[in-house]
Amino acid sequence: MGIKRKPKLAVWKFASCDGCQLTVLDCEDELLTLTDHIELAYFLEASSAVKRGPYDISIAEGSVTTQQDVERIHKIRKASKLLIGAGACASSGGIQALRNFTNVKDFVSAVYPSPEYIKTLDTSTPFSQHVPVDYELQGCPINKHQLLDAISSFLHGRKPNSTSYSVCIECKRRGNVCVMVAHGIPCMGPVTRAGCNALCPTYNRGCYSCYGPKETPNTASLSTWFRRLGMKEDDIVRIFRTYYSNAEPFRKESKLHEKDEK
Amino acid sequence: MKPSLQRGDRIVLEREHFQNLLDALNKKGYQIIGPTLGEGSIIYGKLSCVSDLPIGWTDEQEGGMYHLKKRGDNALFGYTVGPHSWKNFLFPSVQQLLQAKREGKGFQVNRKREEIPKFAFLGARSCDIYAITIQDKVFIKGKFVDPHYASRRGDTFIVAVNCGKAGGTCFCVSMGTGPRADLGFDIAMTEVLKSDRHYFLVELGTERGAEIFQEIPYKNASEEERATANTVVENTAKHMGRYMNTDHIKDLLYRNYEHPRWNDVAERCLACANCTMVCPTCFCTTVEDTGDVPGGHAERWRKLDSCFNLDHSYIHGGSTRYSIRSRYRQWMIHKIATWIDQFGTTGCVGCGRCITWCPVAIDITEEARAIRKSEQAAE
Repeated sequence: MGIKRKPKLAVWKFASCDGCQLTVLDCEDELLTLTDHIELAYFLEASSAVKRGPYDISIAEGSVTTQQDVERIHKIRKASKLLIGAGACASSGGIQALRNFTNVKDFVSAVYPSPEYIKTLDTSTPFSQHVPVDYELQGCPINKHQLLDAISSFLHGRKPNSTSYSVCIECKRRGNVCVMVAHGIPCMGPVTRAGCNALCPTYNRGCYSCYGPKETPNTASLSTWFRRLGMKEDDIVRIFRTYYSNAEPFRKESKLHEKDEK
Repeated sequence: MKPSLQRGDRIVLEREHFQNLLDALNKKGYQIIGPTLGEGSIIYGKLSCVSDLPIGWTDEQEGGMYHLKKRGDNALFGYTVGPHSWKNFLFPSVQQLLQAKREGKGFQVNRKREEIPKFAFLGARSCDIYAITIQDKVFIKGKFVDPHYASRRGDTFIVAVNCGKAGGTCFCVSMGTGPRADLGFDIAMTEVLKSDRHYFLVELGTERGAEIFQEIPYKNASEEERATANTVVENTAKHMGRYMNTDHIKDLLYRNYEHPRWNDVAERCLACANCTMVCPTCFCTTVEDTGDVPGGHAERWRKLDSCFNLDHSYIHGGSTRYSIRSRYRQWMIHKIATWIDQFGTTGCVGCGRCITWCPVAIDITEEARAIRKSEQAAE
């Protein structure tokens, strides 16, 4: 592509479990090849040696949960040519977005002995709610294949391979037998974006929706079928409120099954 | 010395000699693929001996439901079709088309030569043989031949089994594709289970089918044995779980692009694509290019795709079938109407897989019925 110097890569952390950052290190065999072609300029989990921006690529994991986060993502956006959000937190708010359904102050006082020291926002939100994001890697956590594909597509100027279709496609490509039809196991696969190669259904478990909603997910129809499989309303709320609870289709569907407590 | 067998002959193979058939196929160098138990269902896999078959098992199928249960006898083929079809072997869902290596300013293309076994499909049902002939039409009988399909399809030896049981979602009788195999097989068998005898009435469909029996103990079929086998298949035909009225079905659907039923089915349809993935005739694929980080190696892959995916209709500017309504309509009208214009037959063989394996039990026969009924009511 005629880039003379190595492109600078920065890896950032927000409210998250570090799982997506670990995926960079999890590249193992490809990690040295990767560093032959890009400079790891800022990646605190790997090295305390940091280089100043601007950066060619920023990969940011986590969600925005504090006022400092809001300011920081704006700074990172300004310092980055390409901003890639990594994982469920970055693209939807993550598990911590469960706070969006309730009063975060109740959590704070239940968890911390001195809640007065905690300053946090009422919601957990994706980066795209604050700044323009160029590309999002999905999954909880992301996997190294999509990460390497995104980086190599950036390096060589091609379109990254992303999926928007259901987990069922990958499941059937593997020749799996449907866990819902053959065993009556509730499975989120039909409304979940592919990308994990149907990991859980391959081992006879229902999909937990680690990759979030697929394009045009019909959550209402799936919920109707979950009920026929014997799921209670509470369980339907929970199955839609895991890694992508704040993603609009899942948020809306879970709300419909919530008992009105007022 | 036995008198030599010929195409069209009908003979009897006793159950105790069934292994000889597998041995004879193995000896001829075939890799035998057939029904076997796996993941709580009957799937297709490699077979080497009779005990690899789901002996004594049967399946119960309904919309969105599949269960295995014991039959109470030792039938070898006492079930209908499962989630797999022969498409899994003739048209693999993920295939590498080429690899490319950067060389100087250009690149070198390598096509990986795949070792493809000579397949013998054991226990192919009539609906599925029709499905193979439909895919043959798509991939090898037209102007453009798909080399990947062609090399796998090659000399496939087909041992058909005439169905002794109709499934809850079967409707081959409606589609004129079964339950008796009438084309595309080397040998076709009807399993006969009596209290004191278990045998197969075998029809030889090709010369090589006849040849296989040169080394297998058999006897010529009596009138009575033929009649008994006929009864088995006739009885199956009477017990189809589903029915579809195909009378002028193309015109019916062409008249009803804007029918309210499409809205109704769109409320239920998940657009998950399970129906197209299990359909033995659906053939849509997508192509993915991948490249490594240093940029010296690239690969091109072909993967099974579906018209239920938003990206399937993506053209410059966006997808043309954004709504689930338009996707279901596209699939169903293609399958049983425009397919006729395109390939001369419908693309549906009545195997019922799309009904059984739809997670929310959408039933193509029911959708067609609803549209026809509304027209009749309006008249």
